[in-house]
Amino acid sequence: MTELAPSRTDSSPAGDCHAEWKKGGAEATGLDLAAAREKLATRRGPAYWRSLEELSEAPEFGELLDREFPRFAAEWPDGVSRRNFLQLAAASLGLAGLTACTRQPIEKIVPWLKQPEQVLPGKPLHFATSMTLSGVAIGLLVESHGGRPTKIEGNPDHPASLGGTDAVSQASVLGLYDPDRSQHAARLGRIGSWNDFSNELAAALRAQDALGGSGLRLLTGPTTSPTEARLIGELRSRFPQAQWHRWDPLADAGRRHALAAALGVPLEARFDLASADVILALESDFLTSGPGAVRYAHDFASRRRVAEGSAAMNRLYAAESSPSPTGSVADHRLRLRPSAIPRAVQALAAHLGVAGVSASPPESPALDEATARWIAAVATDLAAHPGRALVVAGETLPAAVHVLVAAIHEKLGASGATVLYTAPLEAEPVDPLASLAELLADLQAGKVDLLLISGVNPVYDAPADLEVARILRESRGHRFHHGLYDDETAEYCHWHLPAAHYLESWGDARAYDGTASLVQPLIEPLYSGKTLSEILAAMLGRGGESAYDLLRETWASGHTALSAALSDDAFRKLLHDGLSAGSATPATVPALVSVTAVAAAASAIAALPAPSENDLELALRPDPSVLDGRFANNGWLQELPKPITKLTWDNAVLLSPRTAERLGVHGEQVVEITTTEGRKASGPVWILPGQADGVATVHLGYGRTRAGKVANEIGFSAYVLQTASSRWGSTSITVRKTGDQVKLATTQGHHAIDWMREESEQAAVRAVVRQASLAEYRANPNFAHGEGHAAGGLDTSVSFHPGFEYKGYAWGMAIDLNSCTGCNACVVACQAENNIPVVGKDQVARGREMHWIRIDRYFQGDIDAPAGIASQPIVCMQCEQAPCEVVCPVAATTHSTEGLNDMVYNRCVGTRYCANNCPYKVRRFNFLLYQDWETEQFKLQRNPDVTVRSRGVMEKCTYCVQRINRVRLAADRDQVQVADGEIRTACQQACPTRAIHFGNLNDVSSDVVAMKKNSRNYSLLEELGTRPRTTYLAMVKNPNPELAA
Amino acid sequence: MNAPMSSPSGVYGVLAEYGSAQQLLEAVREARRAGYRALDAFTPFPVEAISEEVCDHHHSKVPLICLAGGVIGCLAGFALAYWTSVVDYPMNIGGKPYNSWPAFIPVIFECTVLFASFSAGIGMMVLNGLPQPYHPVFNVESFRRKASRDGYFLCLEAADARFDRSATRNFLVGTGALEVSDVEP
Amino acid sequence: MSLAPADHLIPKPFGTPSEVPVIAPGHSPASVTDKISSVVFGRMPLWFYAGMAVMFGGVMMLLAALTKLVFVGIGIWGNNNPVGWGFDIINFVWWIGIGHAGTLISAILLLLNQEWRTSINRFAEAMTLFAVACALIFPLFHTGRPWLAIYWLLPYPNTMAIWPNFRSPLIWDVFAVSTYGAVSLLFWFIGLLPDLASFRDRTKKAWQKRTYGALSMGWRGSARHWHNYESAYLLLAGLSTPLVLSVHSVVSFDFAVGQVPGWHATIFPPYFVAGAVFAGFAMVLTLMIPLRKFFGLQDFITMKHMDNMGKVMLVTGLIVGYGYLVEIFTAWYSGNIYEWYMMRNRVFGPYRWIWMSLILCNVLAIQPLWFARARKSIAALWIISMFVNFGMWFERFVIIPTSLHRDFLPGSWGMYYPTRWDFATFFGTIGLFMALMFLFVRVLPSIAMFEMKTLTTDARVKGGSHG
Repeated sequence: MTELAPSRTDSSPAGDCHAEWKKGGAEATGLDLAAAREKLATRRGPAYWRSLEELSEAPEFGELLDREFPRFAAEWPDGVSRRNFLQLAAASLGLAGLTACTRQPIEKIVPWLKQPEQVLPGKPLHFATSMTLSGVAIGLLVESHGGRPTKIEGNPDHPASLGGTDAVSQASVLGLYDPDRSQHAARLGRIGSWNDFSNELAAALRAQDALGGSGLRLLTGPTTSPTEARLIGELRSRFPQAQWHRWDPLADAGRRHALAAALGVPLEARFDLASADVILALESDFLTSGPGAVRYAHDFASRRRVAEGSAAMNRLYAAESSPSPTGSVADHRLRLRPSAIPRAVQALAAHLGVAGVSASPPESPALDEATARWIAAVATDLAAHPGRALVVAGETLPAAVHVLVAAIHEKLGASGATVLYTAPLEAEPVDPLASLAELLADLQAGKVDLLLISGVNPVYDAPADLEVARILRESRGHRFHHGLYDDETAEYCHWHLPAAHYLESWGDARAYDGTASLVQPLIEPLYSGKTLSEILAAMLGRGGESAYDLLRETWASGHTALSAALSDDAFRKLLHDGLSAGSATPATVPALVSVTAVAAAASAIAALPAPSENDLELALRPDPSVLDGRFANNGWLQELPKPITKLTWDNAVLLSPRTAERLGVHGEQVVEITTTEGRKASGPVWILPGQADGVATVHLGYGRTRAGKVANEIGFSAYVLQTASSRWGSTSITVRKTGDQVKLATTQGHHAIDWMREESEQAAVRAVVRQASLAEYRANPNFAHGEGHAAGGLDTSVSFHPGFEYKGYAWGMAIDLNSCTGCNACVVACQAENNIPVVGKDQVARGREMHWIRIDRYFQGDIDAPAGIASQPIVCMQCEQAPCEVVCPVAATTHSTEGLNDMVYNRCVGTRYCANNCPYKVRRFNFLLYQDWETEQFKLQRNPDVTVRSRGVMEKCTYCVQRINRVRLAADRDQVQVADGEIRTACQQACPTRAIHFGNLNDVSSDVVAMKKNSRNYSLLEELGTRPRTTYLAMVKNPNPELAA
Repeated sequence: MNAPMSSPSGVYGVLAEYGSAQQLLEAVREARRAGYRALDAFTPFPVEAISEEVCDHHHSKVPLICLAGGVIGCLAGFALAYWTSVVDYPMNIGGKPYNSWPAFIPVIFECTVLFASFSAGIGMMVLNGLPQPYHPVFNVESFRRKASRDGYFLCLEAADARFDRSATRNFLVGTGALEVSDVEP
Repeated sequence: MSLAPADHLIPKPFGTPSEVPVIAPGHSPASVTDKISSVVFGRMPLWFYAGMAVMFGGVMMLLAALTKLVFVGIGIWGNNNPVGWGFDIINFVWWIGIGHAGTLISAILLLLNQEWRTSINRFAEAMTLFAVACALIFPLFHTGRPWLAIYWLLPYPNTMAIWPNFRSPLIWDVFAVSTYGAVSLLFWFIGLLPDLASFRDRTKKAWQKRTYGALSMGWRGSARHWHNYESAYLLLAGLSTPLVLSVHSVVSFDFAVGQVPGWHATIFPPYFVAGAVFAGFAMVLTLMIPLRKFFGLQDFITMKHMDNMGKVMLVTGLIVGYGYLVEIFTAWYSGNIYEWYMMRNRVFGPYRWIWMSLILCNVLAIQPLWFARARKSIAALWIISMFVNFGMWFERFVIIPTSLHRDFLPGSWGMYYPTRWDFATFFGTIGLFMALMFLFVRVLPSIAMFEMKTLTTDARVKGGSHG
């Protein structure tokens, strides 16, 4: 196609950011563009570049880099590390004078709690907004310091959040400042302007007018946004022939199909965990993944806070192939191959006498004796709780399973009680896989003249056999890519257009329950990104209109079924709340499940291949941290120890100890996986207790090539193993040792299975995590202090000297192990709140991760088939007799009058004696200059209330002392006591399950005192006499007597 | 006390060399019996008996100085620890009392030893009038050559009331000195 | 108090005739002086300069490693969480231990009037000083911010109006080690005075005369001087004795005061002190054996010295071995699960091979010293002393990283792997130590001449002190 000369014109709104464009353009003329493009195509690693100087490695740029970052000289014992990448990222923007782009937005923003005229330096404001994942929203409150969003918090009024969040939304604020995000429109990898784009677009669309848009295709992620839906509708009316395709690597339409098949109409299922007494999770991690997970976790935990008097709790069964947080909190966890689950469900249905399922299901090798017994017991238990039982089947299970589950729900009287059926949230719901396939077919048929891809990355994350890359390359017509990153898909498009991050956007979306939620920007687009709605408006020839206008239009004109036309005041209220109250989609009373559908499903299941004991199955699952890879370039999520595996910075081939033994492989050995379809991928083995035997679980989302400095070239892509027919795995694969060895960075276990065994055995001996069954607890509420424990109820208050009194406030914390799911939200929240640096894979491997909260994971019982998996968040215990303080030679850590174990960074000389002497090992040392002092963006993210620690000083959890001080100062000013719950630590706030309680121990009526009064309350290593201020509430499981033994 | 002083005779004293420590000891005793008081003996290694004769069996003052130093050090050590952690800037460190005296003991002990040792060392220097860049006895060639090797010397100083240049010379020759020489001031 | 000096003058017959004397017969003050000063004023063989060059290479490596450390950070070492201390503190304790023999020999053996100390004390004291110098490098540079640590640990009035924490064993270290260094230096210098004076009188070169003259401060061997001198020297010996015992006790407090299983033990002070003497004597032997050979000092450093040092090594070694036993016993007898696990982890855990090497070097390797044949064989003594040098380093590794890497909460366990920079720093200090030794031997009397003279027959005077 024809080359367009680089344009000098400048019509973008991003003002100051523009100087750099002109520069780029001007010098472009003096550069070898062919060479530059060559580089783009061939370079390994980051394909992210700011100016043509860099791309063509003009010497000045190199010098500039060296001058900016002298420390790069061999700072790293192993040379390259992720953190270098994070810093290197600064190279581009450190120079860009980026601060110019961080003015307050021009549009009006309605503050959450305080009115704008109260804007004071150093006084944060909170704004309500929403983040969408696969189109579904969770309501958030964003803390803003002087116009810079710094911290994500849950919106207490939002049904999907109730104040809690998940790790991904906590980390999204870092995504906003990611220097690797694309920063300008690019045409064929060369800087272009929005103006050129809109001209080219207009021209292309004019051609379509005649054809009625038959050559126009739209590819987006699933959306629930009324505004986007409206605009697409308008686009359709202009181009009747245009097609709108959807793609989402996370979503599987299986459940929706199933419900359509079983109940006649397309429906969405939503669960009410609060009223479920008995829950069965089938290959489902509903507590930490999928829409509504935060709310589900909240409701689930609300039924497990046992105390004397109210010693009743729900019961959770989990059958899964690879241990998940949900499985780890289950009262009974069954390790089951994915291929066995459908048969298990069939057996379950049979036990429950579901019509259409033969009472005696065909004998299947996948269902051994124990499994059958388990299923039978579960069936009895479910049946014993009509209307209060719930079965949650994972997204990855075949449609037939969902049909049976629907039937089971009906049988259990769960429909309308614990399971609510509603109209689909998604606008024009489609099966993403089918939709993408159609588009590819059209592309191959040459029917597509103009393709706009927005917010999806099929080249990377579509099943490999669809060959998206090839088809795009070979197809004719204009291809436009609109997204946050100039990613793998952008490479195959003529134009790349930077998208606005949700914290830069106006918009709307619906929550898991249909509640309409508002998206409002906290900052003007850093890189002049545009929202999808703005792009669509441009396609409608309304390029001038801002996202705000478009949003306002939707809500003013009553376009959405969610509300009548809204006055400006009403709209302000809407923004202020962040949601439109009571807009949840009403539950429909579904028709009866059709017996034929059930029978069909049953026979479909019977027809499924039944792998033998020795077959090795492959299970492909979204990564717990970076999901499908869309968050891969987020340093916080990469360094986040994944639940259960505690891996960071990598994905791996997860195998159970027995399976690894059978295959003769050890941890960190690289194996090549070959699927039945002959697809190959190589990755390191990770031995994981609790993994079902005969199953290799591989997480998606790694092996990115154009994600950015952080994510490129780490891990391996599992999408290459995916086929359209088997997206979530395959029933029989072969593995072969390649002979390579890869160092995996883990924060626990150190890749050795016997090490994990040792840890878990010792944890049991030392009663680190104390646990009892509900029955035992009822019999002996004080079990947590029994003789059996290292500290047999000893009184550590005995002392030779009176000790210090804490008049006024005495801060303390209690963590309920019964509520904690180990979802990691607190870890990221703490990282965001306290400016905790990312140290990179190499440093994590050396045991130098900086997280102030670590979640210890222990396996219970036999390591080959663990009876349970416990998660224990460890923060600074703020010991009243702190061993760390006594040994500090310079008194850099001392006690405050409120009983906090203060850390004085300025005074610390870094002897590390305190860390050695801390029995809980919660202190973290800056072994190197971990903080990134260069990257402008990261400076913007930091919390101005928290010191940015430098090299050579010790740091640790402070109970978010900056939050305590802010509230206390205000209270002192008004001469009132700080009310209970007024101060909430970052971890407490983020926790979806309310596992963390914080408050004033001197206030007898406070929540934390109530928790500490609970008989389950115990302090860790109390026999050391450190008198920790942080205590734990022992775990109580609710096992089914039938299965006990 | 050993400082060179002018005298009518125009010499500092008369220096005699002996063949062995034994002879020197005898000579010193004779000199004292003869009533000489301003005298000094020189040996390449310590000979207690000679020292005692020369110093007329006085005890050295070094131990007293050392003791004083030790006491001061001990008090200073405790004062430092106590004042800084109880008076000047008391802090709640690990819930320990401000005056955690048992924890102060090591510092107190070390201060005691430090002060005592240096008082002893420096005290010895001062009492011996060291450092002393110049001393007349070095004007005698044989002294320079042998005093620190294997020479045994006795010096009767002009400062002594009974000193008479020729008489003293003869007296020393009488004590069996190998060689007698005047000491230029 | 006047006991010891008097004994200097009344040489006791050397036990049974068969026994080897501490100085070869036929030596006079003159011969002693000439022999010993010849080492300094004579020409040095080529190997001497070669060896010195190698050791200075080591010093350069140390400087490079420390520069890198200051510019980049502790991260270049293997230290991590949970193992906050690794080579840095291991080497510190190791060097301090070695630094104990000198003062012990000069002070305690002087009080016990062991004449055989005379010929080795000067050298041992020099060794002490250099070992302490090497040791002091580590506590300073192991901190995250040495440029502040170098003075923030000292009690001085400052704008922050804050003082050191006198409850911290690290502050005790600062006082103990600096006092030890200062007092040893003083003791050493005072011991050198008369010999410096005799060098002043020996040398021909004017600049040497001036240098030694200034250093000897006009010492002229006056009886009045000797009077105060002897008393001061004896006092210093008396003061150094409790000091030398206190230093390693204080160092052991760094651990004994801590919570960590494997540190929190009351046996530490005595068995650290014994270990220090053990290590010190081993190092004295390691250096003395070649020295006496190359400079032909067999007359002064006789087989009796070797024999005695062998005995001291055996005794202190047995005490150390007993310390290991007591540690194991108390760990078991306490019924404390953390202590008992720590002990099992030492013996069977990931670092078991270090524990085994420790037992091999410090317990098994010294057993031959029971036999006179071993104690009288130069080769055997030297090999055993090398075993002990290694063994004592292993001991500190067992105590520090092995205890830290698996403490209370299994969730925080980790491993410790030293990096090349750890080794560079360690070997660098060895280079520094040896380089200083070479210098010392070249410019100062490595054997106390005036004290040796007191052992010659000429020193005997009849009808001595009355009063």
